[in-house]
Amino acid sequence: MSDVITVKNLFKIFGDKPERAIESLKKGKTKDQILEEDKLVVGVQNINFSVREGETFVLMGLSGSGKSTLQRLVNRLHEPTSGEIIIKGTDIVKLNEKELRDFRRNNFCGMVFQNFAILPHRTVLGNVEFGLELQGVDKEQRQEKARKIIQQVGLKGNEDSYPSQLSGGMQQRVGLARGLAVDADILLMDEAFSALDPLIRREMQDELIELQSKMKKTILFVTHDLDEAFRIGDRIAIMKDGLIVQIGSAEEIISSPADDYVRAFVEDMDRAAVLSAGTIMQPAKEIAFTGDGPRTILRKMRKHGLSGILMTDSKRDLKGYLLANELADYIQKHQKKENLTLDKSLVHEASKVDEEMALSDVINVYHESDFGPIAVVDANNRLKGVIVRGAIIAALSEGYEIDTDNVSDSEATGNEDEKQSGDKASGDKAE
Amino acid sequence: MFPFRIPIRDWISDGVDYLVSEYAVVFDGFSEMVYFLVNNLKDGMMALHPVILIIIIAAITWYMAGWRVAVFAALGLLLSENIGLWQAFVETLALVLTAELLVMVVGLPLGVLASRRDGFNAFIRPILDLMQTMPAFVYLIPAVMFFGLGLVPGVVATFVFALPPLIRLTNLGIRQVPKELVEAADAFGATSNQKLFKVQIPVATPTIMAGVNQSIMLGLSMVVIAAMIGAGGLGADVLRGIQRLQVGQGFEAGLVVVIMAIILDRITAGFGRQQNPNE
Ligand SMILES: Nc1ncnc2c1ncn2[C@@H]1O[C@H](COP(=O)(O)OP(=O)(O)OP(=O)(O)O)[C@@H](O)[C@H]1O
Ligand SMILES: [Mg+2]
Repeated sequence: MSDVITVKNLFKIFGDKPERAIESLKKGKTKDQILEEDKLVVGVQNINFSVREGETFVLMGLSGSGKSTLQRLVNRLHEPTSGEIIIKGTDIVKLNEKELRDFRRNNFCGMVFQNFAILPHRTVLGNVEFGLELQGVDKEQRQEKARKIIQQVGLKGNEDSYPSQLSGGMQQRVGLARGLAVDADILLMDEAFSALDPLIRREMQDELIELQSKMKKTILFVTHDLDEAFRIGDRIAIMKDGLIVQIGSAEEIISSPADDYVRAFVEDMDRAAVLSAGTIMQPAKEIAFTGDGPRTILRKMRKHGLSGILMTDSKRDLKGYLLANELADYIQKHQKKENLTLDKSLVHEASKVDEEMALSDVINVYHESDFGPIAVVDANNRLKGVIVRGAIIAALSEGYEIDTDNVSDSEATGNEDEKQSGDKASGDKAE
Repeated sequence: MFPFRIPIRDWISDGVDYLVSEYAVVFDGFSEMVYFLVNNLKDGMMALHPVILIIIIAAITWYMAGWRVAVFAALGLLLSENIGLWQAFVETLALVLTAELLVMVVGLPLGVLASRRDGFNAFIRPILDLMQTMPAFVYLIPAVMFFGLGLVPGVVATFVFALPPLIRLTNLGIRQVPKELVEAADAFGATSNQKLFKVQIPVATPTIMAGVNQSIMLGLSMVVIAAMIGAGGLGADVLRGIQRLQVGQGFEAGLVVVIMAIILDRITAGFGRQQNPNE
């Protein structure tokens, strides 16, 4: 995958003669010192990152950390003080006014603003078609497109309303629809869901994830909500005082925070410390027993599409982990033997965690484990359930309910996870 | 106190003389255009039966400002007809509308320009102050010198007096368009014309219409003064009332001016509202 957006050594200082602040920054002064001594505001400093094609890249950080500033630099709504911004191979800092306009028209139209910035004199429809209108798309075509998007964001029936007749959340969706209506490859979204109520917000996040899986746009998404960042972001950059302090996937950031700031951030909002292994595990539906012959076990695995399986004795005492491909080879080798028994070498040590173990520690175990799901055992090493990758991610990002009364819901999750565990296991096999 | 006197009066007189002699063609052309506009407007309106014109005006008022104002307008106009001031009303209306048309043609572009160029804004501001605060009688003199007595200098004097608020408020309205709206247009790759016509002017319309409204009101306040240099209309009736000490006659004409002012005010205010339907 190629990089669509690459930012190098980017600085943005607000105020007169901003070069002064860059000198001060190089001398190691902090943002606060510069504000006091030089009377300049450091927007962002020394930013380096790139966003890959089709990736959802999230900028996260507290209020004032420079998220919006950085995003607005990326399409040059702010002029950078120094640095390079390379979009699809073009350093847009070097473009003149007209070139920049054309470049934006072709690449950046999809911008969703933190403060909505919808036009008060236009109806919902008029707002949503705005970008297409600027591109010179003819009226019929652009209105048809706009209506489709309006329906998608759940504003059907409000096409002819004016913004002042809409609630904040509805206005935000107008802004969102306007950004989506122009089919830009790059979408810039600033707190695009922040004014929505939690249910709709979740829905819009899902919608975006769904859209992403189909359209594979490159999205630069700003949020101060960790849950949201983890939910939708492929990678996340955590910002503080205009600096990026860490870039990584959700798991990387949670499992190895770069510094105390990130740690506090992650801890503050994260469930990893709160949830235990027992709360996020699911029942181990298919297990192998020590008494079973290799052929029985392999048949069971094939039937359920598993590439790996946990093995216990009849008292559910955890014994280890078996891999389908190894079993198959073993059976092949000993084709002639009637009463084939399991060889010790086939039983791998299973990664296991205690029921009570905190999710944050489970993540570490998960990273060190070689294959398959993690077994959850009680104090007597008896198998209680399994944890698969999907469950960890879901627990970290979704606001997992500790007491899941909703049976059908948890069952649904279980099924999905089982599929994912299969994926993961077959991934291992491929390696 | 001083051994000399700064000859402002000579500069101005000489300047006006120079312009009158050198640019006579320009002034004549302008005169003819103004005559053409005012006379056609007036003749057009006079060609209609008063009742029809009253219905038309009341209908416009109804559309822009609601039925109450429309009823008021109809009654007020019938009264004007009844007290024999119909022709004067139409003449004054034609004059004011023509002046306002010129104000818009000149004022809107200048207002837009002032909003985009700080330098131009700084340059034009003192001129606007001067135009608004200089006693109106003072520029009656050059107006008469350029255009002679009659309708045209009346229109010109009205124009000069009514121009500043439109420029000011157009400038203000565009500058007050929320920055993020302009940025949104920028982000979508709008050209500066697209920004102006699709974002800035529409969003600023309520303010711009307030400028139109103010300039019409100021224009109406010039009616009597314009009549002093022969512009005719209701102002002439007021003047006659003053000169002959006929309080009643002067009052009647003044009343009709007020009626016209209220109708025009409500119509233009309504237009500002319509552009922003929910305020
Ligand atoms: N136009 C501007 N002029 C001066 N300073 C600015 C400007 N825009 C932003 N800043 C400053 O830059 C810093 C970063 O602001 P920014 O808006 O990027 O924060 P943010 O991370 O988006 O915060 P939030 O979550 O509140 O939106 C702040 O200190 C802010 O005061
Ligand atoms: Mg922000």
